Amino acid sequence: MNKNIVLCGVGGQGTVLASKLIAAAAMKKGLSVMSAETIGMAQRGGSVFSHIRIGEGLHSPMIGRGKADVILAFEPGEAVRMLPYLRKGGQAVVSARGIMPVTSALSGSSYKSEYMLAYLEKNVEHLLVIDTERACGEIGSSKVINILLLGAAVYSGALGLSDRDIKEIIKERVPERFHEMNLRALAYTKEYVIQNSLKSAGKERQ
Amino acid sequence: MHKEFLMGNEAIALGAIAAGVNLVSGYPGTPSSEVLETVAKRKRANIYVEWSVNEKSAIEVAAGAAYTGARSMVTMKQVGLNVASDPLMSLEYIGVKGGMVVLVADDPGPISSQTEQDTRHYAAFSKLPCFDPSDPQEAYEMVQEAFEYSEKYETPVFLRPTTRVCHGYASITIKDETEYRVHNFEGFRKDSGRWVIFPRLSYQNHIKIEARNKTLADDFSRYSRNRIYPACEKNTALKKGVASGGISFAYAIETLEELGMTKLLKISTPHPFPENLALSFLDGLTEILCIEELDPIIERELTYICGKYHLPVKIYGKLTGHVKNAGENSQDSVQETIMQFLEIPSISTDDASCADAPPALPVRPPVLCAGCPHRASFYAVKSAMKGRKTIFCGDIGCYTLGNAMPLDMVDTCLCMGAGLGIAQGVGHMEPDTACFAFVGDSTFFASAITGVINAVYNQADMTLVILDNSTTAMTGHQPHPGTGRTMMGGAVQKINIEAVLRGIGLSIVETVNPLDYAASVENVKRVADEPGVKAIIFKSPCIALTKPSGSMTVNSDKCINCRKCIHKLGCPALMISETHVSIDTSLCTGCSLCAQLCPVNAICPPEVNYKGGVHNE
Repeated sequence: MNKNIVLCGVGGQGTVLASKLIAAAAMKKGLSVMSAETIGMAQRGGSVFSHIRIGEGLHSPMIGRGKADVILAFEPGEAVRMLPYLRKGGQAVVSARGIMPVTSALSGSSYKSEYMLAYLEKNVEHLLVIDTERACGEIGSSKVINILLLGAAVYSGALGLSDRDIKEIIKERVPERFHEMNLRALAYTKEYVIQNSLKSAGKERQ
Repeated sequence: MHKEFLMGNEAIALGAIAAGVNLVSGYPGTPSSEVLETVAKRKRANIYVEWSVNEKSAIEVAAGAAYTGARSMVTMKQVGLNVASDPLMSLEYIGVKGGMVVLVADDPGPISSQTEQDTRHYAAFSKLPCFDPSDPQEAYEMVQEAFEYSEKYETPVFLRPTTRVCHGYASITIKDETEYRVHNFEGFRKDSGRWVIFPRLSYQNHIKIEARNKTLADDFSRYSRNRIYPACEKNTALKKGVASGGISFAYAIETLEELGMTKLLKISTPHPFPENLALSFLDGLTEILCIEELDPIIERELTYICGKYHLPVKIYGKLTGHVKNAGENSQDSVQETIMQFLEIPSISTDDASCADAPPALPVRPPVLCAGCPHRASFYAVKSAMKGRKTIFCGDIGCYTLGNAMPLDMVDTCLCMGAGLGIAQGVGHMEPDTACFAFVGDSTFFASAITGVINAVYNQADMTLVILDNSTTAMTGHQPHPGTGRTMMGGAVQKINIEAVLRGIGLSIVETVNPLDYAASVENVKRVADEPGVKAIIFKSPCIALTKPSGSMTVNSDKCINCRKCIHKLGCPALMISETHVSIDTSLCTGCSLCAQLCPVNAICPPEVNYKGGVHNE
């Protein structure tokens, strides 16, 4: 199994933990992994990304355009920014919550994440948009966005990782006091992905 | 042996530990910092580790250790090598007894640096061997081999990874602790004919170094990491080949494996250049494409070899305009260049992006964090000096971000510690300008103290502003002499910045909390008007080191939506909405600077209850 995964978001959103969990879960299955992420100045509120590559015969951690199987986007605008990396037929998982850049607050121009979501809806065949704000409210923590997105990608089948793979790695890598919360986040996305696929199956039948 | 998922810098650290390194010194700098931090975290009891005060100190400490026969490594980023270049250039002539690796991380892009300088030039300039890894696994093994070569030839050697190798992760195979080498050493033996540099010794050793580098070039032609990859079957008759090194080699081989391999040369030791190997690569080819980042080192070497041996081979690369000569390469840029070179028509892109152009993307430049005390310091100086003729000389650190709008408080930035000298030079030419130099606490210790002495001695008229956040924030919160902590875990006496300044002879040195806006403005107004060299220390810890005191809240009934807070401060926690300003509670640290500026007292600390207001989320 060879997989190329792009994670993207805004500095400070927790993309790094999500990428570490994917890498650890893949390694546990005996797969080789390479990854790269933004470190340094851009972390201070800038656009950040991680590239993760799973499989044999890899030389570099960087993914070329049109080569990503999955994009996990923590912010709609960042999803659009990284969309050229997604291959045809690839899966995008996107958090619906927009993050306003400081520049638009200053200039008074407003950045509307709805436009980004509309663009994604129109142009991405396999798209899962997660209402992370609502989900975090229901789960009772604002810290589970990364697990929500990760879970959605797992249950969509795009990562090549199973429910068991991801639960095991969360137990191993995340402090115990967060386990219950993270398992609830996974249950939430599992339900969401099932409902979503039922909905789209229904659409196809019509 | 076992597998671990490691960052390139962690792999280098563990490789050095496995090689029995006895001492590691360095100065933080992206993308090199994690090497030393990992040694400190994963070391066994007998390794000495220190963050030195700057790169010059660090390389001297590492050289001293290597004089005893110990194995040492010094770590820094590329511009740090400029600071360390004085000892480096002399150490070339003296050499070492124990293995010494000079780890210098280059930063194509540049992503987090002032320059796109290429350390491979320094290797040629200092006549020292240079190793250039292309992935974390290779970096892990290469650092161990680098120690062997260093001892074999009694010379310091460079290990020169670039950002994508330093910060790339890979699941790599590494040694178990039981497989680590133990490096015992003899100790320093007095021998002034060896360790004391004199013109005569330098002359004699220069002759030896030139001879050694010829031997080394032959040795490197047999080094397994310098390698020729054969063309695939369909390309055996092709007279074109590709030469590369570092991360660019990884991009090149991935591209060629997909398109069909041509003859491919991997250069892992750009200096001394493996000439014999290059000759066998060139044999039978007529056109070569060189893919590398920063400067065209491989390209020049191959061009030189073709001239030397009268080979009818065309060498393409940066010098010929076939490869862009600034910025980093990417998988895509390398693929495109190779396809042009091989005259393969570009296939329509396979990506999911689509016919219609995307909406305008949000611009997200890096900004000072919400609650950052630097914002308060800059704003206080800005307010105090409003309407005056001023220059604000900045320096290297998070506070360089003070240049962004709306603060706009960095008029110059050059290199570590330079703001002080620039402020003095401007002041000597423009006596009516109020000259300020801003410097962080770590940068103060690293390279600003001589600038202060220079200012006092030469009767400059300037205000030194020390932004003391009690850490080296930009590079990941390393300790420094003012923090009282060392990498060996001990608590030591803090070096007091105020006492240092008074010791130099400044009579006005005031320490202020920048988060007290009124007091800070008053202080700057008073101090800036004094003659001579005077200093203000804005002391408040980096927000990443302290627990936030809770988020501020906006009383939407009181807020008149004048947006002064947003337009003056540019804090990322402050957001606009239709009717009033709101605060992102997940970012706000409760520094209260916005509340102090608010003309209608609409912003309240978390513990204050206001009546009738609708709570902001």
